[in-house]
Amino acid sequence: MGITDILVTGEPIIYAAMVSIALVSIAIPVLLTYFKKWGWLWREWLTTVDHKKIGVMYILSALLMLFRGGMDALMMRVQLAFPDLGFLDSQHYNEIFTTHGTVMIIFMAMPFLIGLMNIIVPLQIGARDFAFPWLNAMSFWSFFIGAMLFNISFVIGGSPDAGWTSYTPLSGAALSPGPGQNFYLMGLQLSGIGTLATGINLMVTILKMRAPGMKLFHMPIFTWSTLVTCFIIVFAFPILTVALALLTIDRIFGAHFFTLTAEGLPMMWANLFWMWGHPEVYIVILPAFGIFSEIIATFAKKRLFGYHAMVWSMIIIALLSFLVWVHHFFTMGAGAFVNSVFSISTMLIAVPTGVKIFNWLATLYKSKIEFTVPMLWSLAFIPSFILGGVTGVMLGMAAADYQFHNSYFLVAHFHYVLIAGTVFACFAGLVFWYPKMFGHKMNERLGKWAFWIFFFGFHVCFFPQYFLGLDGMPRRLFITNVVEWLPLNVISTVGAFGMGLGFIVFVYNVYYSFRHAEREKTGDSWNGNGRTLEWATTTPVPFYNFATVPYVDEIDPYVRMKEEGKTTYDESQLKPIHMPSYKATPIIMMAFLGLASFGLVFEWMPVAIFGLIGGVAVMILRSFDYDDGYYVSVEEIKRIERKARGL
Amino acid sequence: MAKTDKKVPMNHVIGFALSLIMTLLAAWAAIQSDLPVTWVIVFIMVLALLQAGVQLFMFMHMTEKESGGGAVPWNMMFHGFALAAILVAGSLFTMSFGFDHGDHGDHGGEHEEHMEMDDSEGDHSGH
Repeated sequence: MGITDILVTGEPIIYAAMVSIALVSIAIPVLLTYFKKWGWLWREWLTTVDHKKIGVMYILSALLMLFRGGMDALMMRVQLAFPDLGFLDSQHYNEIFTTHGTVMIIFMAMPFLIGLMNIIVPLQIGARDFAFPWLNAMSFWSFFIGAMLFNISFVIGGSPDAGWTSYTPLSGAALSPGPGQNFYLMGLQLSGIGTLATGINLMVTILKMRAPGMKLFHMPIFTWSTLVTCFIIVFAFPILTVALALLTIDRIFGAHFFTLTAEGLPMMWANLFWMWGHPEVYIVILPAFGIFSEIIATFAKKRLFGYHAMVWSMIIIALLSFLVWVHHFFTMGAGAFVNSVFSISTMLIAVPTGVKIFNWLATLYKSKIEFTVPMLWSLAFIPSFILGGVTGVMLGMAAADYQFHNSYFLVAHFHYVLIAGTVFACFAGLVFWYPKMFGHKMNERLGKWAFWIFFFGFHVCFFPQYFLGLDGMPRRLFITNVVEWLPLNVISTVGAFGMGLGFIVFVYNVYYSFRHAEREKTGDSWNGNGRTLEWATTTPVPFYNFATVPYVDEIDPYVRMKEEGKTTYDESQLKPIHMPSYKATPIIMMAFLGLASFGLVFEWMPVAIFGLIGGVAVMILRSFDYDDGYYVSVEEIKRIERKARGL
Repeated sequence: MAKTDKKVPMNHVIGFALSLIMTLLAAWAAIQSDLPVTWVIVFIMVLALLQAGVQLFMFMHMTEKESGGGAVPWNMMFHGFALAAILVAGSLFTMSFGFDHGDHGDHGGEHEEHMEMDDSEGDHSGH
């Protein structure tokens, strides 16, 4: 295989991408060497097991992936607004909508939310780190290396082009030869390890490491949403793992699980994919619900209305999420009875979701709302998400779905729930907890600009798509020069660029706030409105989170603490704190497994075997590592706390 | 994390070896053996049950004496089996139920034919 067979050639856009990737990958080492930051990067970040730093890395990577997926989206929108321009050819268009979907779901939405969980959940429950800090670092590196493996596909080897659902037989070896689909399989498989490990890790953390006195029904609602999400992850991700493994064996080792050739069942892929895929959409929406609940309660300045109903509706949503997968392929032809069963289970999900909506409204009712940036995102979420939810119920009616299926109506629906739900929540949560992560708030004025531009861009982009769908425009279509569709497509593209502009303002705000924002002096950053334990820590949060762990026996414990003038800090109770040591093994192990995956993508077995052996060797090394961590002395804690609290 | 007196967890090593052997046996039965298809399926099913037993007894906390059975994850086990039931029953339900658009008669016959083809192909690859 020559170099020209591996690199993707013949596309000006891809050449430009190659040049920029080359420049960035030269610039980063040069800058690191120039500023002598290699040691700092390795000691403080690459080998860290601190949940807060890992969370920051998750969020940074997710923002990077949001940029990549967003560029894909803008390219698609340009093509659809000007179909005669010849901007993209059909192959390139197929690759772009595939990578857009995959990147946004797997490498943007989930890591962003997992990043927020990483930082906030231990702080909310009064824990000093995850239950398994080493595993947490491993999870991050498996996600990051999986994401990078997936992303290099567009310059090396060619991108996958069978849609983010990767339906067989199209994605099988016969119809999609070459490394493209392998990148999809191995990228998802590798990052899936991390997601599953995080699910277990957070579940154990929440169940076993809560502050003394804190019962499950005292937990903050975001922690509850995380716990429920972890259950879904632990039960749903193995299905994806198996499906991906079967398709990998099909493609690389010539089996026939999903090919008709030797009595395989192509439709089984759709079945397995959506058995994971539907729970997956709740994996990305339930934490979003948790974030909005926290923000709405904080800025409505009262306890969340119907806390217990909120928790139970999340649990019911989680159960139902495993019983509706067929609604993604009603048109496969499973027959009226099967479709009816899943149609009804689908509509049932609207009930607990409706309960949540009314609880948010009831929390807002007759409260003194403070219109901060996170609150704006949360308030915008409610009506926008309802538009997506109601059209979801329409799609859930099997008979009607035969009309809506695979049209832009569907595209508009899932963007309405995923953007108005998950993306709004990511922005809202990041702005809300930003002071906890970086010691300063984001600028409110720029934040409002970013919000309004993004909000209007979003509706202008996706609202017309409902009508395009009703006019019969199918999804994944690269030539749309049907005169009736053009005006709405152009409007939609304008909206997409609006969202892009909103994102740029948001990113500029990160830079602007870093330079100019006032540094936080107290831990309770939002005018003293914090209700849960994370606001009781000092800012910046010390690496051990809580010098003395508070006793909690109610919801929103920090409200009473403030009324009684207490803090979580009690100098007389100080004891040495046991903390985990930083380790290089997670990044090295995942780098080996990344190499193995890369070998499998190109079916270079020696490379794959070498990588696997390396990975297993690091695992063995890790099993004989008896480092139990270290103790932070009472004197050092006193010094840090006195400085942070200005005592 | 905590240091224990036993440096080598023999239970885990035996369990690991057993699970590997059983996986290889299943692969052998499907690819290399000359057993009739029905027996291959029965054999793999039995191996699957044994495999689940190995996981539960040698890796999970089923036999943990210190906690008096308190660490047995009954809740998770129940959910795991419930999900497996949904997976299998649900797949059968959606993938085979209601696919008879008029031609009821030859459904069963077709099935048998498939099995025979499977069998003969197995023979070819075996040689």
